[in-house]
Amino acid sequence: MPRDTSLKKVMVIGSGPIIIGQAAEFDYAGTQACRALREEGLEVVLINSNPATIMTDANMADRVYIEPLTPEFVSRVIAQERPDGLLPTLGGQTGLNLAKQVAESGILEKYGVRLLGTPLETIRRAEDREEFKNLLSRINEPVPESVIVSNVEDALAFAREIGFPVVVRPAYTLGGTGGGIAYNERELAETASRGIKHSIINQILVERCVIGWKEIEYEVMRDGADNCITVCNMENIDPMGIHTGDSIVVAPVQTLSDKEHQMLRSAALKIIRALGVEGGCNVQFALDPESFQYYVIEVNPRVSRSSALASKATGYPIAKVAAKIAIGLNLDEIKNAVTGKTYACFEPTIDYVVTKFPRWPFDKFASANRFLGTQMKSTGEVMAIGRTLEASLLKAVRSLEIGASGLYLPEVSGLSDDQLAGKLRRADDQRLFAVAEAIRRGWTFEQINELSAIDKFFLAKIKNIVDLEKEISVGGLAGLTPEFLRKTKRAGFSDAEIARLAGASERAVRELRARHAIRPVYKMVDTCAAEFEAVTPYYYSAYEDADEVETGERKRVVVLGSGPIRIGQGIEFDYCSVHSVWALRQQGYEAVIINCNPETVSTDFDTADRLYFEPLVAEDVLNILHRERPDGVVVQFGGQTAINLAGAVHEAGFEILGTSVADIDRAEDRERFDKLLGELDIPRPPGGTGYSVDDALTIARRIGFPVLVRPSYVLGGRAMEIVYNEHDLLNYMASAVKVTPEHPVLVDKYLIGKELEVDAVSDGETVVIPGIMEHVERAGVHSGDSIAVLPPQHLDEQVKAQMVEYTVRLARALNVKGLVNIQYVLHNGGLYVLEVNPRSSRTVPYLSKITGVPMVNLATRVILGTKLTDLGFKTGLVKETPLIGVKAPVFSFAKLLDVDVALGPEMKSTGEVMGVAEDYASALYKASVAAGYGVPHKGTALVTVADKDKDDAVAIVHSLLKLGFEIYATDGTATMLEQDGIEVKRVRKLGQGSPNIIDLIMGNKIHLIINTLTRGKAPERDGFRIRRAAVEMGVPCFTSLDTANVVLDVMTAIKTGYDKPPVPLQEYVGPEDTGARNSE
Amino acid sequence: MINAVLALEDGTLYHGEAFAALGENWGEVVFNTSMTGYEGVLTDPSYCGQIVVMTYPLIGNYGINEADFESKRCFVRGFVVRDASRFPNNWRSTETLADYLRKENVVGLTGVDTRAITRRIRNHGVMRGIISTENLDPGYLLDKARGVPDLSEQELISQVATDVPFTVPGNGYRVVLIDMGAKLNIIRCLNERGCEVVVVPPKTSADEILALKPDGIMISNGPGDPMNAPDTTETIKRLIGKKPIFGICLGHQLLALALGARTYKLKFGHRGANHPVKDLATGRVYITAHNHGFAVAEDSLAGLDIEVSHVNLNDMTVEGIRHKFLPVFAVQYHPEAAPGPKDSEYLFDEFLELIAREAR
Ligand SMILES: Nc1ncnc2c1ncn2[C@@H]1O[C@H](COP(=O)(O)OP(=O)(O)O)[C@@H](O)[C@H]1O
Ligand SMILES: Nc1ncnc2c1ncn2[C@@H]1O[C@H](COP(=O)(O)OP(=O)(O)O)[C@@H](O)[C@H]1O
Ligand SMILES: [Mg+2]
Ligand SMILES: [Mg+2]
Repeated sequence: MPRDTSLKKVMVIGSGPIIIGQAAEFDYAGTQACRALREEGLEVVLINSNPATIMTDANMADRVYIEPLTPEFVSRVIAQERPDGLLPTLGGQTGLNLAKQVAESGILEKYGVRLLGTPLETIRRAEDREEFKNLLSRINEPVPESVIVSNVEDALAFAREIGFPVVVRPAYTLGGTGGGIAYNERELAETASRGIKHSIINQILVERCVIGWKEIEYEVMRDGADNCITVCNMENIDPMGIHTGDSIVVAPVQTLSDKEHQMLRSAALKIIRALGVEGGCNVQFALDPESFQYYVIEVNPRVSRSSALASKATGYPIAKVAAKIAIGLNLDEIKNAVTGKTYACFEPTIDYVVTKFPRWPFDKFASANRFLGTQMKSTGEVMAIGRTLEASLLKAVRSLEIGASGLYLPEVSGLSDDQLAGKLRRADDQRLFAVAEAIRRGWTFEQINELSAIDKFFLAKIKNIVDLEKEISVGGLAGLTPEFLRKTKRAGFSDAEIARLAGASERAVRELRARHAIRPVYKMVDTCAAEFEAVTPYYYSAYEDADEVETGERKRVVVLGSGPIRIGQGIEFDYCSVHSVWALRQQGYEAVIINCNPETVSTDFDTADRLYFEPLVAEDVLNILHRERPDGVVVQFGGQTAINLAGAVHEAGFEILGTSVADIDRAEDRERFDKLLGELDIPRPPGGTGYSVDDALTIARRIGFPVLVRPSYVLGGRAMEIVYNEHDLLNYMASAVKVTPEHPVLVDKYLIGKELEVDAVSDGETVVIPGIMEHVERAGVHSGDSIAVLPPQHLDEQVKAQMVEYTVRLARALNVKGLVNIQYVLHNGGLYVLEVNPRSSRTVPYLSKITGVPMVNLATRVILGTKLTDLGFKTGLVKETPLIGVKAPVFSFAKLLDVDVALGPEMKSTGEVMGVAEDYASALYKASVAAGYGVPHKGTALVTVADKDKDDAVAIVHSLLKLGFEIYATDGTATMLEQDGIEVKRVRKLGQGSPNIIDLIMGNKIHLIINTLTRGKAPERDGFRIRRAAVEMGVPCFTSLDTANVVLDVMTAIKTGYDKPPVPLQEYVGPEDTGARNSE
Repeated sequence: MINAVLALEDGTLYHGEAFAALGENWGEVVFNTSMTGYEGVLTDPSYCGQIVVMTYPLIGNYGINEADFESKRCFVRGFVVRDASRFPNNWRSTETLADYLRKENVVGLTGVDTRAITRRIRNHGVMRGIISTENLDPGYLLDKARGVPDLSEQELISQVATDVPFTVPGNGYRVVLIDMGAKLNIIRCLNERGCEVVVVPPKTSADEILALKPDGIMISNGPGDPMNAPDTTETIKRLIGKKPIFGICLGHQLLALALGARTYKLKFGHRGANHPVKDLATGRVYITAHNHGFAVAEDSLAGLDIEVSHVNLNDMTVEGIRHKFLPVFAVQYHPEAAPGPKDSEYLFDEFLELIAREAR
C-alpha cells in the first residue's frame, strides 16, 4: 500500500535520558525515523527530554519539544500540535509505556490522534506476561512454565512445586530491572518483593529456569500486508541466565544447523504474525543445546538495542524501515538504501562475523556487585566486524578501552584454580578472560563447558587464540617471520598484544609489519555478501587480498569518535562527532568517521562520507589513516578516547586539526598546567603532587584540610575523594591507591563553593562564550552529576566578567582552535580554575540547544581555518536568551547492586535531561520531573545528616514541614532538630532493635530520604545501607543538601503541576541571529 | 599445512590451504550466500559440475549429520571457504566437514578471500576454474582452466538422477516425481502431506508415467543447462493437460521449454536463502531459497498460454509460471527449502489442492 496520505503531521516519542538498558540506540532509531518520515513529506513533531541527542536537533523534526516524558507533558504537546498520528515504537520501553498511558487515558481519542505502527493491542499482548503466554499457547509455541503473581507467597508456592532455581521477571520493565534468578526460598522472597515493586502493574512472573541453554535472538520485520522478513539472528556466547544486554553476542548465529535456524526463524515469523506487529520486533529464544526443544523467552514489539545492533551488523536500517511501515508503506515499496536499487523486502546475508561486547561501569564502581545475571548492568557496548570469529572477538575486546589488548588480564591470570572455576561458574564482567586463562591452564573444553555452559564451538575458537599466543611468546620477536606475523594479524591479534607476548615494543611490531607490507584491506558491509553492487560507504578491516575503499577527489578529514557509552563519556560525544561530520560535509570536505559503538548515529552509514567500524585504538586508527591519507584528523569531539589518540596520530605524521598536541598536553599535564596558570596569573586551588605517603601528608598539612585526593594510577576505581582529616587521608592512601614515584597522588585543597562551568569556541584569537553554567550542587559533586543552570541565576556581573576574562586568557594562551571546557569554583568570592579540557564536553549539546549557537559547527569551521570574526562573532559572552535551561543528571542505581548512591567528586550518572522554561522554578520543575526525581508532596521524610551539614538541614526540614511532611530522624539529627524546636520522631539505627531505619524503608513507611555522607566513621556503612534500601524500594534519596533544597523549593512553588504551553526548540532563540547577539 | 589453489579462467589465482581431499578438479565456479545449510548445498545434486564458494566465512561450525542430507552423495566438484571449522559442535554432528569431504573425495580450499572471489564472479559472471592441491604452477592451472568444458556442454543429469524407479509409500495422492537430481526434501514435503511418491528416472516416457496412474506429476530440480534435457522436455509436452503438474527449478525451466518458452543463462545465477520473490496473484513477498544459473526469458512468454506468477524482487527475473487454463505451474526457486526458509512450502499445499480440484 502506498503511504497513508491522510497523515500530514506525525509525532514521535523519544526514549529520554540514557540509563542502563536504554542508551544511545534510541537516538539512532529516533533520528532515522524522523528522517524517514520527513523524506515522505510528513511534518514531524518530536518529544524527548534528553538534550544530548541528535534527534532533538532543530533540523531533525519540524517541532522539537525537549519536555519531560510523562503522560501530562506528552498530552500537552499533543493538544498544542494536534498531530494526525503518534509513533511510539521508536522510543524504547519509555516510549511504549507512554503511548500506552496516553492512549488509555483517552487523550489520543480526544484529539483524533492515531497510533501508528504496531497496534496498542499487540503491545499489550507482547508485554503482559499472562496475555503473551496465552497467545503463544494458542499458536502452539512453547514458553517456559510459569505463574504470574502479585505477592511473595504465591511465588514461593510455585517454586516449591516446580523446584529451584526459578527466574523472576517483572512486567513492563526494561533491562530486567527488579528481576533475577533465585536459587532458594530466601533469594526468591527477596527478588520477588523487589520485582513486584518495580513493575508498573505490580506483577511478576516466576518461571522455570533454563539457565545454560543457548540464547538466540531474531530481529524480524512485518508490514501491513503481512510480508515478513528476518533481518538478522544473533547468538549469545554467554548462554541463558545472563541478560542479552550483558552477554557477548555474535551475529549471525554460529552453532545452529540450518534445520535449527529455520525452526526458530519460522517460529519468530509465526509469532509476529500472530501478534500483528507492524514494524520491527525482537524475538528471544532459549534452545536446548542437546535437542530441538526451545522456548520463546521474550518478544519486544519495537526497535531495541538488539535492532540497532542488527542494523549495524547487517547494514539494514530497521528503524527507518519501521517508520515507513508505520505510515502505510509495505516492505516491497521501500527502497533498499544500501544498493539504491533493490527493495527493503529481502533478508540480509553477511560475509563476516560481528561481535558485540558490553561495556560495564565497574571501573567506576569498585564496590559494585560485578556478577552478571538476568538484570542488565552494562552502560554501553562495542561492536566489531571481522572475517573470522577470532578476529572479530579480539577487535571487540580492544575496542572496549579497558586496558586489554587481547584475551589476557593480569588480575585473572593471578587467580587460583578455585577462584578461576568460580569465575567461570558465576559470570562477571571478566568471564571471557577467565575462559582464556582456563584454556591456558590446560583445562578441557568439557570442564569449562561444565562450569560456564559456554558452547564448545566458542571455546575452540578461544583456544585458537590462546594457541597462537603461546606460539608468539615462544618465538619472541625473532620468531615473527613475515608468514607467521601475517598469520597472527589474520587471526586478529593487535600489534600491542603481539608485542606483549613477544616481549617487544609495539613500535617494533608496527615497524616489522610496515617492512613486510602486512597491512589490512577494508571490506564493505553491504547486506548481501557482495552479491550485488552496493553503495554503502561502510567498511571494516581484514587481513585479506582485496580492498574495496574508494576515496573521492575532495579534501578529506577523519573524525575520531568516542567509542562505547560509559559513565563520564556518554552520548554527548557522539552528538559532537556527528555535528563535526556534518559541518565538514557542509564545508565541502569528504568526512570520514571511525567509531566502534553500534548504538550511535555516528555509525549510521549515511552520516559520513565513509564509516570505518573499527576500534579506536592507535593501531587500527593509524591503519585507516594510512589507507585514507587524509588532509587532517579531528580529535576534539570524541571525548577523552579521541584526545588520547592525538599523540599517536601526530607522531605518525598526520595533521591534527584544531588545538595542537603540544597545547593539549599543556592543559592535561598537571605540572605544565600549573606553570601556565602561574604565568597567566589565574588562581587554582592550592595543592601538590605527592610521590609518597609522607609527601602527601606534608602537602595536606601545608594547604590544610579538607583536601581532595586523586591518584594518577587508579587501583580499583575508588579514585577521587574528599578527605577531612589526617586519619582519613592515611586510610585512603592505604586502601584506595598505590603511591609510588611513578604513580604519584594529587592533593588539592578542597574549596567549598559554587561550581561554574563554561564551554567556549576559539580560533586562537577570538574566543566566543555561548554561556555560563551555574551548578546547583557545590563543588565536590562532580560536574556531570550536578544540576546545571543556564544562564546563571545567582551570579554577580563582576564574577561573570571575571570568568569570561579568565576563559579568554586561557583559550588564547593554549592556542585553542575549536572547543574548550573550563570548570571553576567560586570560593569566598574568589574564582579558581578546577580544570581545563581542550576538547568538546558533556555540556556542548545542552549549551548549543539553549543558546542557539551551533558550537560544534563553528568549532569545525574554525579548525578548518575560518576565523570567528568572519562568521560574525567576536570575543566574549553571547547575550543571554530569554529561556532558562536546567540540565539534571539521571542515575541507574537500581541496576547496580552495592553501588553507593551518595554524590561526590567521581561521576556516577549515566544520562541527563533538560527542563526549559521562561522562569527558573518552572525550568527546574520540568528538569526534576523529567529526571524522575519523583518527590512526593507529603508523607514521611527521613532525615539523617552529618554534623557538618546540620545547619543546612534545618532549613530543609522547615520546608518539608511546610509541605506537610512528617519528619523521622536518627538520634543525632533529631537532637539537633529538636534544639531548633522542630518536632521529630526518633527512629532506631541499625543494631538498635527493630523496627529500625531499614525495616521502615523496606516496609514502605518512608517516602523521602535526606542523607549526607559521614566519612570514616562507623555510620558510614549504615548510611550506605540506608541509601541502598532507598534505591531498592524506589524512595527518593538526596545526598546533597543543595539538590534537596532546590527540589523542595520547586515542589513548594509548583504544587499543582505546571500549565504553561510548551515551547519548541525552534523558538528558544528569538529572531535575532546568534552572531548579532554576540557582536553588540 | 598443504597449499591449495583456485584458478579462474580469467587468470586469477586464490591461494590457500587444503582442508579436505587432495587432488585436482574442475568445474564452473559459483558462489552461494546462505549462512547456514552447507550440508544441503554439498548434497544438492543441482551443484553437480560446480565448484562452490561459500560467501559466509565460517563453514562447518555445526559439523555434518546425515539426517539433513539432500541426496546420498556430495556432488560439488570443489568447496571453497574462508574458514573451515576444525572443531564443530552440535548435538547431531557425527563428523567434521573436512572428514566428510575427504570421504566424498571433494577437494576443499580454506583461508582464501572468498569475498574477493565473489566480487569477481559478480562482476565478470560465472567462470570455469580449477581447484587443486597438486600442480600449483600458475601457467599450468590457467591453461587447464581455459580448457574446462562449459557447463552447457556437459551431460550432468544422468550422473545424479535415479536409474530405476522407486516408491516412497503414503496414504494420500500418488505423485510421480520425475527425478532430474531431486533433493530429498521434495520427497519429504510430499510425503509429510500424505502423498505416495513414485520417483522415476528422467528418461521415463509419458506413457510409462501415465501408466503409473498418478494424481499429480512433479518435475524436480537438477543440474546444468535445461537445453540438455530435450527428451524430458518432450515427455513433459505430452503430459501437459493430462495431469496436474508442478515443476521446481530445472523442472520449472523444462516446463517452460515444453510450453514453448525460452531459457537463458544468468550472469552469476541465484544461489542463496534470502531472495525475495513476489507472488503476483496475492502481492505477497516470500523469502526463498535459490539455486539456479539459468532462467526463463520473460519476453519468450508473449503469445503463449502461460503467465508469470512470481518474480524476483532483486532483479525482476521470472521465478514462477502458471498455465492460463491447464493445471500446470512451476517455480524457479525451492519451496522445499533445505537449506533455506520454509515460507514457500505452501506451494506443495497448492499443488495438492490443484490435484484435489482436478480429481473432482
Ligand atoms: N526461564 C529462564 N531461564 C533462564 N534464564 C532466563 C529465563 N528467562 C530469562 N532469562 C535470562 O534473563 C534475561 C532477561 O530476560 P528477558 O525476559 O529477556 O528480560 P528483558 O526484558 O530485561 O530483556 C534473558 O536475556 C535470559 O538470559
Ligand atoms: N579543588 C577542588 N575543590 C572543590 N571541588 C573540586 C576540586 N577539584 C575538583 N573538585 C570537584 O570534583 C569534580 C571532578 O573534578 P575534575 O577535576 O573536574 O575531574 P574530571 O576530570 O573527572 O572532570 C569537579 O566537578 C568538582 O566538583
Ligand atoms: Mg530480553
Ligand atoms: Mg570535570
